[in-house]
Amino acid sequence: MRIDITDRDRAFREEVRAFIGQRLPQDVRDKVRDGSLLTRGDVVDWMRAVSERGWMCPNWPKTAGGPGWSPVQKFIFEEESYLACAPGPVPFGPQMVGPVLLAFGTEEQKARHLPGILSSEVIWCQGYSEPNSGSDLASLGCRAVRDGDHYIVNGRKIWTTNADWADWCFALVRTDSSGKKQDGISVLLIDMSLPGVTVRPIERFSRMSDFNEVIFEDVRVPVSERIYDEGKGWTCAKYLLGHERSGTAGVGLCRQRLDRLEEIDDGRDPEFSRRIAETGAALEDLRWSYLRLVASKEADDEIGPEASLLKIRGTEIQQDVMELLMEAQGYFAHPFIERALAQGWNEPPIGPSEAAGATAFYFDWRKASIYGGSNEIQRNIIAKAVLGL
Amino acid sequence: MDFDYSEDQQLLQESVQRFVRENYSFEARRQLVATEQGYSDAHWAQFAELGWLGIPFPEEYGGLGMSGVETMVVMEAIGNGLVAEPYLSTVVLGGGAVAAAGSDEQKAEILPVVVEGKCKLAFAFAERQARYNLQDVEMRAEAANGGYRLSGMKSVVFGAPTADRFVVSARTAGGSRDTDGITLFLVAADAPGLSVRGYPTADGLRAGEVTLDNTPGDVLGEVDGGLATVEEVVDRAIAAVSAEAVGLMGTLNDMTLEYLKTREQFGQPIGRFQVLQHRMVDMFIAHEEAKSMAMMAAMRLDEEDADARKKAMSAAKVQIGKSARFVGQQAIQLHGGIGMTDEYAAGHYFKRLTMIDRSFGDNDYHLRRYAAL
Repeated sequence: MRIDITDRDRAFREEVRAFIGQRLPQDVRDKVRDGSLLTRGDVVDWMRAVSERGWMCPNWPKTAGGPGWSPVQKFIFEEESYLACAPGPVPFGPQMVGPVLLAFGTEEQKARHLPGILSSEVIWCQGYSEPNSGSDLASLGCRAVRDGDHYIVNGRKIWTTNADWADWCFALVRTDSSGKKQDGISVLLIDMSLPGVTVRPIERFSRMSDFNEVIFEDVRVPVSERIYDEGKGWTCAKYLLGHERSGTAGVGLCRQRLDRLEEIDDGRDPEFSRRIAETGAALEDLRWSYLRLVASKEADDEIGPEASLLKIRGTEIQQDVMELLMEAQGYFAHPFIERALAQGWNEPPIGPSEAAGATAFYFDWRKASIYGGSNEIQRNIIAKAVLGL
Repeated sequence: MDFDYSEDQQLLQESVQRFVRENYSFEARRQLVATEQGYSDAHWAQFAELGWLGIPFPEEYGGLGMSGVETMVVMEAIGNGLVAEPYLSTVVLGGGAVAAAGSDEQKAEILPVVVEGKCKLAFAFAERQARYNLQDVEMRAEAANGGYRLSGMKSVVFGAPTADRFVVSARTAGGSRDTDGITLFLVAADAPGLSVRGYPTADGLRAGEVTLDNTPGDVLGEVDGGLATVEEVVDRAIAAVSAEAVGLMGTLNDMTLEYLKTREQFGQPIGRFQVLQHRMVDMFIAHEEAKSMAMMAAMRLDEEDADARKKAMSAAKVQIGKSARFVGQQAIQLHGGIGMTDEYAAGHYFKRLTMIDRSFGDNDYHLRRYAAL
């Protein structure tokens, strides 16, 4: 057991810092810092810059186009990205579809889809939840009926993050409803430009809108876009849920918001400074738990159900940080000019520049303990799979 | 000791609740807060007609001369329906200041028109550097030609965009955080040098930044001794928003309980899962605790001893804050994705509860004040 941050790692950190310094536009950086809304262009342009450097898919094996980083290097990259206020990537391609294709896809499917993910030319979303299938995901009812070389897909997906930006959707569909609900689920890759696909934005009460309803009406999807066997999609979904859990610990995001908080805390309220410190210490723990449970694993290692604890603690700490940042605004948590969060607003802010974003983020981040398997579901997973209860 | 409403109080409650039922469906409220003004003049006229705008004011000024309990009754219903009219800023804050500190003449000039619904008030007491500290006042008032001229800025003034008159705290003596040297002034909205930058607030209401530049104002109450009135009025506001929060939590808990009973996952209503049952029980307890404190606050507002009153209001605000935070956050959590949407009411109740926690001192502030008293 040892903490070995080598000279090589330190040099790598400098290299990442220099790259971000050169390539990340100042206006995008400012928006991320103040919590303003990002456009598709802000996010995708940055993803493409990272792709150009060959750093988009750190979790992929080198042979598939990954950069061949050590766990520590991956961690450094993620941390530096957040600290520099770089936008997070749309994660569904590089962190979810990619790994599932690598594990379950045919050579032909890999050749068709992996290059677009690596280059960030193709943006993906994930069609999981449905109006009647949230925590009980396996009960999903979006139907895909075989018709020659195609499936005809009918159904509704909901809470689909980034569906309005996405070119393709990784969807769970029901191909058979005769047996157990987990059987009869298949994975289809669906081109969002196909006839019959409709995306409707769903406004959140935070007024930050990036989830959607996706409606499939007689969408004809080629059978060649089915991953793995028909009816075996639940295996892929479970594999992916593991990745989603571990991908949401959000250490860097918390660190960046907490740095901002320390910057604006004037020390006039010792109790408030104490709470910032307490959250900082919890975040330090999260960082080391992440290093111990995830980052130290090799690419092929399976991440166990322990990863659920990172999702739970990660989202709780994120929510604490967002709440502190909102509380720090005092009365300036109240003013809420929606346009102030969007592009092209150049009137002076009301109160501190981060105030409007702080309130919106606090409200919006309540979603974190709900999405990706609610924290109640994560606790069930640990109770059952780790503790044997 | 009696925690029941009198017959008159019950009638008042029924009347406000009926108004909410008939006028404040969630959809109607959504449309209302999306308008430029953010509330309805017709509702305001109805408030006047029903006498609600005169509840706390003496009968000689057209009011009903009622106690804090009647204000609680109205505010709880305002919370139930997420009512958007500026009752708090006009009746409790602005009107409260005039009633507490005004001369007979000032009261006779202002309160009757407030009661008739023809004058809206706003209380400008907060400043950018002050956080929740009521005596941190940098707004200056200089004596000139037998009157006073005010210059400076007030922040997040509730109801500012449509106020006809402002009550403004300003410094007539001493340093920016001194206890003495604060004076209250009445300032007309159309007075020279006064400007309002209005905006919606996160809970859909309206507020504004108020700038005064050599603006004339009339002294309200004692010169240099205005802090006691500011504290008293803010304590009245704390009691009022405590009752509002109780109303908000009541509706939010009803909504969440209904969802637990009807939403099915894993082949059964999710309310069958013990972990969610216990969460709902804790939300119920939080609401009951808040009720007790809101009642205590309403009954102890008129306490003679100002320190005892302040301590009681701080205790109430701390409990209301704790309950509101827990009930608000968990209502969203138990609803899952639907709770995050703008078209569902829960998020809007949560937003108002959160903003109440950010008004008149948060938990840290009131724990400090409680400990110091």
